[in-house]
Amino acid sequence: MDEILLRSLTPSVLGILVRRGADFAAAEDAVQDALVEAVRVWPADPPRDPKGWLVTVAWRRFLDATRADSARRRREDLVGEEPERGPAPAVDDTLQLYFLCAHPSLTPSSAVALTLRAVGGLTTRQIARAYLVPEATMAQRISRAKRTVSGVQFDRTGDVATVLRVLYLVFNEGYSGDVDLAAEAIRLTRQLAATIDHPEVAGLLALMLLHHARRATRTAADGSLVPLAEQERGRWDTGAIAEGVRILQAALARDRLGEFQAQAAIAALHADAPTAEETDWVQIVEWYDELVRLTDSPVVRLNRAVAVGEADGPRAGLAALAALDESLPRHTAVAAYLHERDGDLATAARLYVEAARKAPNLAERDHLTRQAARLNARGRR
Amino acid sequence: MPKYLLLKHYRGAPTAVNDVPMDQWTPEEISDHVQYMHDFAARLEETGEFVDGQALAPGGTFVRYDGEGRPPVTDGPFAETKDLIAGWMVIDVDSYERAVELAGELSAAPGAGGKPIHEWLELRPFLAAPPTITE
Repeated sequence: MDEILLRSLTPSVLGILVRRGADFAAAEDAVQDALVEAVRVWPADPPRDPKGWLVTVAWRRFLDATRADSARRRREDLVGEEPERGPAPAVDDTLQLYFLCAHPSLTPSSAVALTLRAVGGLTTRQIARAYLVPEATMAQRISRAKRTVSGVQFDRTGDVATVLRVLYLVFNEGYSGDVDLAAEAIRLTRQLAATIDHPEVAGLLALMLLHHARRATRTAADGSLVPLAEQERGRWDTGAIAEGVRILQAALARDRLGEFQAQAAIAALHADAPTAEETDWVQIVEWYDELVRLTDSPVVRLNRAVAVGEADGPRAGLAALAALDESLPRHTAVAAYLHERDGDLATAARLYVEAARKAPNLAERDHLTRQAARLNARGRR
Repeated sequence: MPKYLLLKHYRGAPTAVNDVPMDQWTPEEISDHVQYMHDFAARLEETGEFVDGQALAPGGTFVRYDGEGRPPVTDGPFAETKDLIAGWMVIDVDSYERAVELAGELSAAPGAGGKPIHEWLELRPFLAAPPTITE
């Protein structure tokens, strides 16, 4: 039984049911039933047209459920009155499903959960494990989300930016539980890119591929963080890097720059350098300037200060940093790094300790504590 | 089968015998310490005694229900000698504001005479897993 095939068929089957007039929540239940049936029947009796099979079974389930309902007459009339729509192009349905699941009326966590369930075809249990919440909590979150969007018009095109934001959120969760969310985000973004022709979709896909390519080298065997400069470049996934760069170049050629393309360009410059010393920091700073222009985000300005420190020396980096709000996440860590590069080890050590105290996750905290310990140990010798 | 919460204190607990701040250790000593804790947890998993373990950020916030409107937030009514934790609840929310709102609601739980207790609840963020993108 090919789980990936089933998962990739789920959104278009769901889309077709909804287009035929099924309520979103009821359609979702019917599709889940059909998937269970497929798992049972297919190994012994594989269908010639898997998608057609799923549509037929899911639609039958939906009608059964609808007939069983007390208001069956009214609903049957409703379905009967629906004009025969025929098989609408599957791609359109899938795309609309993305928009529906990223609808602005949903909170980010609900949008993420609904996307993974309806578009990704994951089970509630898989999603719950990935986000480290009880299955019952996730089931509630998903059914509340389904209720929220149940009245939403299905044939209006939504905002691509909200869909991309949801996929980016999924990607950033990385890996926990038995589902690799980063890989899942790449699969869904790939599917979206095949459906819609938009340079930012390509930009996000390129960004994900370029980061994913380095993933194996980002942590040591004991779970500690390995900074970019110290990563073993020979273990980077060159296939993913080549694909990311190719997708990015095609997107950039269309001259409709957006933040994901700019971020991907920075990631590509890192991936392109044979050694950390050969990184083209001057060009990276230029891309950060573009990103600042596009987003005006303080976090981007902070990252830019790091790049300036590499391109023009630590003093220039510290000057860029001085213009920024000290309460920014990782501001202290950046200051510590730049002071160390500038040779002021005592200040750097003190700032690393302070940064460790503010670190947003355990791996970063341990990493920063080690940096402080390294400098302090050197001072004692 | 009783469950226990093992609390590791930043402060408030009696001083350790080997009382040296972590940044004064060598990087290897830190690695060994982290490894020891991993091994400890792995051992308890094997004996079936491990339930859950999470690291907490050092900074916390106290929130109280104070009638309708935004609940007040302070650094806290500082415990003088002992920290005492009566129970905990883990919530999974979209924002700090939502967490404060929920803590404010929980602080309004009824007590004597069916009136809200107005107790102080400490709100402490979990340290998350590292994001996929940091560079």
